[in-house]
Amino acid sequence: MTRLIVNRLLLGVLTLFAVSVLIFICTQILPGDVASAVLGQGATPEALIVFRKELGFDVPPHLRYWNWLLGALQGDLGVALTNKRVIVDEIMPRLANTLFLAGYAALIAIPLAVGLGIYSAINEGKLSDKLSNILTLVAISMPEFFIAYLLIIAMAVNVDWFPSLSTVVKGMPLSERLYQSTLPAITLTLLVAAHMLRMTRSSVLSIMSTPYIEMAFLKGAKRRRVIIRHALPNAAAPIITVVALNMAYLVVGVVVIEAVFVYPGLGQLMVDAVSKRDVPVIQACGLVFATVFVVLNTLADVLVILVNPRLRNKS
Amino acid sequence: MKVFGQKPTPSAWFGLVVMAIFMVVVIFTPWLAPYEESANVGGTWDEPSATSWLGGDQIGRDMLTRIMYGSRMTIAVALAITSLSFLIGIVLGFISAVLGGWVDIFFTRLLDVMLSIPSLIFALIILGVFGSSIPVLILTIAVIDSTRVFRLARALGMNLSVMEYVEAARLRGEGLWWVISREILPNARAPLVSEFGLRFCFNFLFIAGLSFLGLGIQPPYADLGGMVRENAAAINFGMMAPIYPAVTIALLTVSVNLVVDWMLSIDARPSGAQAEL
Repeated sequence: MTRLIVNRLLLGVLTLFAVSVLIFICTQILPGDVASAVLGQGATPEALIVFRKELGFDVPPHLRYWNWLLGALQGDLGVALTNKRVIVDEIMPRLANTLFLAGYAALIAIPLAVGLGIYSAINEGKLSDKLSNILTLVAISMPEFFIAYLLIIAMAVNVDWFPSLSTVVKGMPLSERLYQSTLPAITLTLLVAAHMLRMTRSSVLSIMSTPYIEMAFLKGAKRRRVIIRHALPNAAAPIITVVALNMAYLVVGVVVIEAVFVYPGLGQLMVDAVSKRDVPVIQACGLVFATVFVVLNTLADVLVILVNPRLRNKS
Repeated sequence: MKVFGQKPTPSAWFGLVVMAIFMVVVIFTPWLAPYEESANVGGTWDEPSATSWLGGDQIGRDMLTRIMYGSRMTIAVALAITSLSFLIGIVLGFISAVLGGWVDIFFTRLLDVMLSIPSLIFALIILGVFGSSIPVLILTIAVIDSTRVFRLARALGMNLSVMEYVEAARLRGEGLWWVISREILPNARAPLVSEFGLRFCFNFLFIAGLSFLGLGIQPPYADLGGMVRENAAAINFGMMAPIYPAVTIALLTVSVNLVVDWMLSIDARPSGAQAEL
């Protein structure tokens, strides 16, 4: 089992490396000449030369990649083009804010969705199950900002329970911070919970059609007991995968939600950088988001190996 | 009444009717819209009235007219993206499945790496470097989306390429294109059609999301996501302006999803678990 886990972790590192190469190719090699792409057609030749030098384009691409990677590993992601600030200093507090929001949403969403998903599977075909099928389908097909605005109307405009913009600043007490980020967290919860509920339900149900479950039914066990005692232990692995997948989705869904609530997170920084076409910041944010994504997926796979009883005794 | 030889469920009927209405409106927008696309007909966020059913937008244009033109734009772009993404995904997926070997290994590895970057982040990276214009948007999202189509097409191709009739076609010396277009494609049609619906929804939401962030379809073109963004400030005054375009987006995606859900349930019925217990 240890070997399996080590292999999976190595694969994760390899993936990260490949991802960094892909991001580098997309931002630096694909455009041909980033300088003229960013400055536009009206740029003077002198401005282009200065700008190329600033971006480090006088160095061949493989060396540039190597320097960028080494820098990133040592926590140096370079300097922003537009305001000349050190990118790491700008990213770190925002990453913390984003992870706080995502974590807050995850704490509500995971127990809610997994619980309701199992409940839905127990009551398969009954009215409550059919209702949850339609409701979750509707929820996942709506745009994120629509759900956000509905919540704002319901809870910030009609009744004054929560602020419609979340002002989160450094050094805020935790209770105030929680209060300010509740509305975005609820929005995110609704987004991922619907997905998770559907997937949990279908992974429990797919196990329900196996022979050993039929045996348990023939023995005369109640449906409820069969699901909790017999089906759930084997459904754990797919459920963990589902949860991880949705956590990864959450980290991305955060980008739009942050824009709605003007929440000072990493997504906002990236969107700003894209509209100002600040390539080093875009590169850095992309790398951080992709890293979070890959780490979550790797963790999920490791957890799946750990909870699988069949793999426990093999050395 | 039957559609595709099946009787639709009530929710599927709802979806089909809404989709039909959208189709008519989007095709005949210039004749159906009450005003010109960018004509100012009133004040900022005018109340809905008999002459302007949904009121005005942030600079006093008619909301209903803007929504019609916006739907037209967003749907056209999303359809273009999905068609292109299916073209890329199906061709590469089938080639990968039929040829196997290093071609297959190359594409699946590339896919694994692409899938490790969340699609929105990937799109933001490309748009940040190239700037946002409609051709760049279509190409970028189509390439990102084709990874999902590729996965499905490759799996379908793998299953179908070991069938006797494909083997027979190969033995009588048919070329790669003939095998793909005449033997594999017709048999993969049903799952690909419902996937087209799902991918369309995804791309439609994707475009709307990007436009909402101000990075998608740019003004002066009306588009639904951008309209939500432009009218967002109205919500603080308790006005519904950003809700109308958002509802339009939700209505279309929910409808397509309901229809696809119904189509999938035809293939799956009766569910094994349900039949046994």
